[in-house]
Amino acid sequence: MAITTAPPTTSPRTSQRSDGPGEHQRHQTKRWLPYALIAPAVVFELLIHFTPMVTGVWISFLKLTSASIANWSSAPFAGIGNYQIAVSATNAQGAALLNSFAITCGFTLIVVALSWGLGMAAAVALQRTFRGRAIFRTIFLIPYAVPMYAGIIAWKFMFQQQNGVINQLLVSLHLVDPAHLPFWLIGSNAFGSVIIVSIWRTWPFAFLMLMAGLQTINEDLYEASALDGAKPFRQWRAITLPELGGVNRVLVLVLFLWTFNDYNDPAILFGAGQPPAGDLISFHIYNNSFSTLNFGFGAAMSTLLLIFLLIVSVAYLLFVNRRSTRA
Amino acid sequence: MKFSRRTKLSAALVAAVSLALVATGCSSGGGSTSGSNGSGSTITYWASNQSGGPTSDDVKILTPILAHFTKTTGIKVNLEVISWNDLQNNINNAVSSGSGPDVLNIGNTWAPYLAATKAFVPFEGKAATAIGGTSRFVPSALATGGLAGQAPTSVPYIGLTYGLFYNKAMFSAAGLTPPTSWEDMVSDAKKLTTGGVEGMGLVAGSYTENVHFAFILGEQNGGAWYDSSGKPTFTTDANVQGVLRYLNLMQDDKVVSTADAEHTDGSQAPADFAKGKIAMFVSQNNANTTLTADGMDSSKYGVVPIPTTAGGKNIASGIQGINLSIFKNSKEQAADLQFIKFMTSSYAQSAIGLPFGTIPVAKGIKPQFSTDKDFQATFQKIYNTQAAPYPLVASEGAFEQNVGTAVNGLFATIATGGKVTASDVKAALQTAQDKTEATQ
Amino acid sequence: MRETVGFKVFRVVIIVVLTLFVIFPLYVMLTSSVKPLVDVQSVFTWWPTTFTIQPFIDIWNTVPLATYFTNSLIVSTIASLCSVIIAIFAAYGVSRFKFRGRSVFTTAVLSTQMFPGILFLLPLYIIFVNIHTATGIPLVGTLGGLIITYLTFTLPFAIWMLTGYFDNIPRDLDEAAKVDGATALRSLWSVILPVARPGIVAVIVYSFITAWGELLFAQAFVGQFQDLRTLAVGLTEYSSQTTVFWNQIMAASLVVSVPVVVGFLLLQRNFVAGLSAGAVK
Repeated sequence: MAITTAPPTTSPRTSQRSDGPGEHQRHQTKRWLPYALIAPAVVFELLIHFTPMVTGVWISFLKLTSASIANWSSAPFAGIGNYQIAVSATNAQGAALLNSFAITCGFTLIVVALSWGLGMAAAVALQRTFRGRAIFRTIFLIPYAVPMYAGIIAWKFMFQQQNGVINQLLVSLHLVDPAHLPFWLIGSNAFGSVIIVSIWRTWPFAFLMLMAGLQTINEDLYEASALDGAKPFRQWRAITLPELGGVNRVLVLVLFLWTFNDYNDPAILFGAGQPPAGDLISFHIYNNSFSTLNFGFGAAMSTLLLIFLLIVSVAYLLFVNRRSTRA
Repeated sequence: MKFSRRTKLSAALVAAVSLALVATGCSSGGGSTSGSNGSGSTITYWASNQSGGPTSDDVKILTPILAHFTKTTGIKVNLEVISWNDLQNNINNAVSSGSGPDVLNIGNTWAPYLAATKAFVPFEGKAATAIGGTSRFVPSALATGGLAGQAPTSVPYIGLTYGLFYNKAMFSAAGLTPPTSWEDMVSDAKKLTTGGVEGMGLVAGSYTENVHFAFILGEQNGGAWYDSSGKPTFTTDANVQGVLRYLNLMQDDKVVSTADAEHTDGSQAPADFAKGKIAMFVSQNNANTTLTADGMDSSKYGVVPIPTTAGGKNIASGIQGINLSIFKNSKEQAADLQFIKFMTSSYAQSAIGLPFGTIPVAKGIKPQFSTDKDFQATFQKIYNTQAAPYPLVASEGAFEQNVGTAVNGLFATIATGGKVTASDVKAALQTAQDKTEATQ
Repeated sequence: MRETVGFKVFRVVIIVVLTLFVIFPLYVMLTSSVKPLVDVQSVFTWWPTTFTIQPFIDIWNTVPLATYFTNSLIVSTIASLCSVIIAIFAAYGVSRFKFRGRSVFTTAVLSTQMFPGILFLLPLYIIFVNIHTATGIPLVGTLGGLIITYLTFTLPFAIWMLTGYFDNIPRDLDEAAKVDGATALRSLWSVILPVARPGIVAVIVYSFITAWGELLFAQAFVGQFQDLRTLAVGLTEYSSQTTVFWNQIMAASLVVSVPVVVGFLLLQRNFVAGLSAGAVK
């Protein structure tokens, strides 16, 4: 993830920077200092993120079920047995995981695309000063600050079939027949509901990052291109988008990872016994390992998820880095 | 040199301070105390949410009872009431980590799979004697305590069964008597389904409720969910037809609103019933506490056993209930045993009888789970004669999860306009069975 | 700056649509919280038939909201402060020094964003239990475990934001300080930190909001302890056990949101400034 610490190539302020960290090597006496500075972070990351993660991967090779859970050392080694169940499309568990994986891919694609799109549109719309800009900026940021569970609970209330405001609204717009109100929390519509809820609480983050990014773009660039007669859309493509390259690279990746691993939306919106259309993978794994005490299998599914995310992230970074060096 | 040493020192200080910040951040000290037998010790007790209201209601009900225990034995009880959403996961966490409470409530259907973990004290020998012997419990209730053929790792604490609640005024207005067969129930429900009122209400979006009815109706049809060797037999014709009969209340009979497919917790059906929006609903006997809270007097409704079909087996419920277990890692097992003895004593059972709506699980304790005599007699009879035990196998947890979720999905299909046939039910149960078997 | 008609139309459309989208649930939350119970149990009305503040009074009795509130406040405050302090040192190290393992460190830290929570939830809990039993450091049955978990969750993003921020502070400033004989740490303290204040605020706000909203780990670590539950655990628990008291649930949701939202909006200028001068460059 070198892109995140690499010096910005397009920033107009680059000139203020010195040659980079190389010069500090001359302070030989302080060679240990950077290590001391990062030490606390390393300790916590090792303790909270890495050790448990490695443990989790190790569990995935064990037959850790109710028979052995109270005494892990008694858990028989399962080899790749748990993985075989998980990846077999003919096996009921494997097929369910595959379905959940497909649902999650679709969900992530739509949520990331729309969250980014809405964030970008709002950031561009509020880029220039006009009366009321501060108010709208404030409004748009509210969902980011509202605690996630409070927002999801409110949507759950709204999505009720009988008394929910969504159906009420659709009826008054004559979009649905009041005698056959659609369901939003069960059945296939659940896919749409969980997407809407997720976008509602995700897009303000994209907006926030892009808005902050826009403030770093030098106004002169727009002035110059306006003199050349460029229209707003061309300016956006020619100036805004390239200038936001750095923030976009990280933003899209982070949105992808957070959305793919989302547990809260389906858990709060649907609860246990989730509809297959809203069976996002984190919640699927949770339901098929925690409540049945089958942690070996759950860990194997999670490890597969991790490998997938790793492959996608690396491929993504290689792709964007190559593009940005070519550009 | 001076320069460098000072830097070194401050860097070390920095690291130390940030760690210390975290360490001091921990607000309260915890941990259980260890002590000698009985008096002076403190035990932690996880109670399930039985009041029909929020967990704070349970605290209010249990506090005086526990105070009495502390007064007589000198053992302090640290009470944690845990909601149903979290209870199972918290127990699983406790089992896997070895760190948990001393005594806890479990749903009695979890007893087999929890027994398989060997993380709980079996009630045999001295432990059995210390709680006053296991023979003082109602045999069918005690039989839910663990795996088949082994000493129970839990003892019954609260007895519950399903029953059919009906609105007396609506029945008499329509000239109906309470149903005694499934066919009667359906035809009554059809007559009572009029504009604005549904014949019946179900919690059709709750996988735990759904798996209970799949079980009960399958049993009525003479089916079994596991064979004698402990292998799942979900897809027998009896089970498939049982599930389909249950689904048909919404699909073919149309006496249950499709809206019920969205109901996920037990509070909605009683709320609808109290408001006169449904004429009947099926629930465990402790729904009376919820109905009272919703403002419906017990004289306004009656109960009968959930009827079976003509020629069906006379089963109206599973043996529902809550059991008590002792965590094996508990350092206060003498105190734990005393506590269990107390909670199943006539004193404690009488005290929780009405507020928790519990059918007595020990012999010789006067039932007092309702102020209504008929109500009480009906449920007591169902519990004693018409309740079947759930499968006592280690994969019971997976059975509940997979079959319950499958029925949820079938209800959703019906509610959203789809058609469910016997072969759809069979396919769904086959998937549930494969999932249950796949990871054993 | 010339604005075309097309752009103006685009702006109006975007603003109207997004404002409605954002406000909609908030409006429902607000109006439902002042409705009597009958209203929220029947077909939705855009305006309360009768106005009541009873739900706001009831929630303090039906849910130990005050306890949950205190716990969330303790956890989020300590976690975000610790996180920012640790992140400042780490970011300073990464930004100002070249050392072996530097890119391994930054890559590893950011790669944690990939880890599925469900994969390490249970192992982490078990590690806490073992540390607790072995050393007596109270990580289980206290808020401690949750605090260090949250501070670690927010570290990667915090380090990344602050590194970007520090990178953009002209080196001449702290180099000058070092020539004056000040130690590196003093230059961090007296030169960099004052300039980096918006970035630091941004990190604290981000960490606080993340900790305030986290659910999965809180459920596992403190869900079983009545006195230790955070708002996330307490409120979702309440909302799922009795889904008929929607007016109270909405009132509680509002009460837990208002302080964070107000705090965030007060600091938003700082937050955006912090992001744009650091992270997004």
